[in-house]
Amino acid sequence: MNGSRVLAVASRVLSQLRRDHRSIAMAIVAPCLLLWVLQVTFQNVPFVFDRIGPLMLGILPFVMIFLITSITMLRERQQGTLDRMLVSPIGRTDIMLGYSLAFAVLAGVQCAIGMGFAVVVLDMPIAGRVLSAFVIMLLLGLYGTALGLTASAFAQTEFQAVQFMPLLVLPQVFLSGLLVATEQLPLALRWFAYINPLKYALALLADVMTLGQPLFARAHLGDLAVAVFVPIGLLLIGAVTMRRQRED
Amino acid sequence: MVEQACQCEEVQIRRGGAIIVPSFSLAIPAGRLFGLIGPSGSGKTTIMRAMMGLGAIHAGAMSILGQPVGAAGLRTRVGYLPQNGGVWPDLTARESLRFMARVYGVSGNRIDELLELMHLTRMADRPVSTLSGGQARRVALAMAIINQPEFLVLDEPTVGLDPRMRAALWQEFRSWASDGATVVISTHVMQEAEWCDEVAVILDGRVIAQGSPRELMAAQNADGLDEAVLRLFEREAPDER
Repeated sequence: MNGSRVLAVASRVLSQLRRDHRSIAMAIVAPCLLLWVLQVTFQNVPFVFDRIGPLMLGILPFVMIFLITSITMLRERQQGTLDRMLVSPIGRTDIMLGYSLAFAVLAGVQCAIGMGFAVVVLDMPIAGRVLSAFVIMLLLGLYGTALGLTASAFAQTEFQAVQFMPLLVLPQVFLSGLLVATEQLPLALRWFAYINPLKYALALLADVMTLGQPLFARAHLGDLAVAVFVPIGLLLIGAVTMRRQRED
Repeated sequence: MVEQACQCEEVQIRRGGAIIVPSFSLAIPAGRLFGLIGPSGSGKTTIMRAMMGLGAIHAGAMSILGQPVGAAGLRTRVGYLPQNGGVWPDLTARESLRFMARVYGVSGNRIDELLELMHLTRMADRPVSTLSGGQARRVALAMAIINQPEFLVLDEPTVGLDPRMRAALWQEFRSWASDGATVVISTHVMQEAEWCDEVAVILDGRVIAQGSPRELMAAQNADGLDEAVLRLFEREAPDER
């Protein structure tokens, strides 16, 4: 790994994102708009928004970063720029880390604005530390990046890349505890929920945001470990699949 | 300097179970302007990608500058222009070159030098997507040579360029080869291939003839390289005429 090359990749990806004003605007406005729609939808149903609102603050950046990452990496493959990087001294790890860093910045901006909007405009209460909640959202953004990079290796067109959302992302959201508590799921689905990384990250987010518990509480260490190590593992898989692409 | 810049010995390349290149053998002497010519689908791009370590070799051996293809030690010594350009359309020419300069650790002066060389100075700060096809191709070419590579692979570098720019670039290719670099170029334009020191004619993933353009023309008793190559194709694959 070479720090200077990681930064070069990250700043190049950010330069490209900065130039796409429409996408940036949508990436920032859409989560706020969706949160507002959700609040209005449940305004006559007590407690529902209070429970799912904070979780959506983590889910929305995760989903959007997944989509943006998978399409951006797919374009790198299609336009020959990934080949150009693989021929150069940039290592595969440099590419993965550079991408993660760039999208962590985007996720950070998204989360900060989303959380600010939720607290100031929607009056969403945050019982725990804002910084802790922000860290968990960033981890979810990193998970979205890692999943998107992995998915892009198996897609040959942008259409296929988008199809990975209903295949990979939505089942995780459905089985994350957002709709039904894991214990109330049918047994077969419960096992899927237990291996669903999103469930652990969102449980952590809920405990920190709505119950005000500290991020590093002993009871949360397992959830935190999943939230940290699953994205790292996926990034390693992403590096391996990038090599496969190089050798196929 | 190694005598052979590229050595391919009975290289076989498969993709998705199909054999794309059955058995490819070639030696490219160092410091030459070397052309790969052949019809579309003959395997030129696959072979050039393999030279850059892109795409697995299933049998045989391929080395560049004395090292196996894809070796880490080659990364700073080679340059590559992919067939589809390999440019970021939303970056400017200057930003693209700045990125490549950071990757290779070369100075900022080289960026201005390349912009001038490729006649891109005036449009250096415009996104590549707003440039013409020929201008975008020149950005791609500038990115490929930012590290002053010893072994340069250019997959159809002059596509979309006007005749004056083509001629100017071929002069550049010639001067890089004179300075000691090995330049491997694929082209469909036989007048351009005549400017090479040596060419290899490829058909169905194998070399059917190799030599200087003059030697190939003499061997086929032809007045031009295009005529010589056509005769070679007719001899090798008469049914595909």
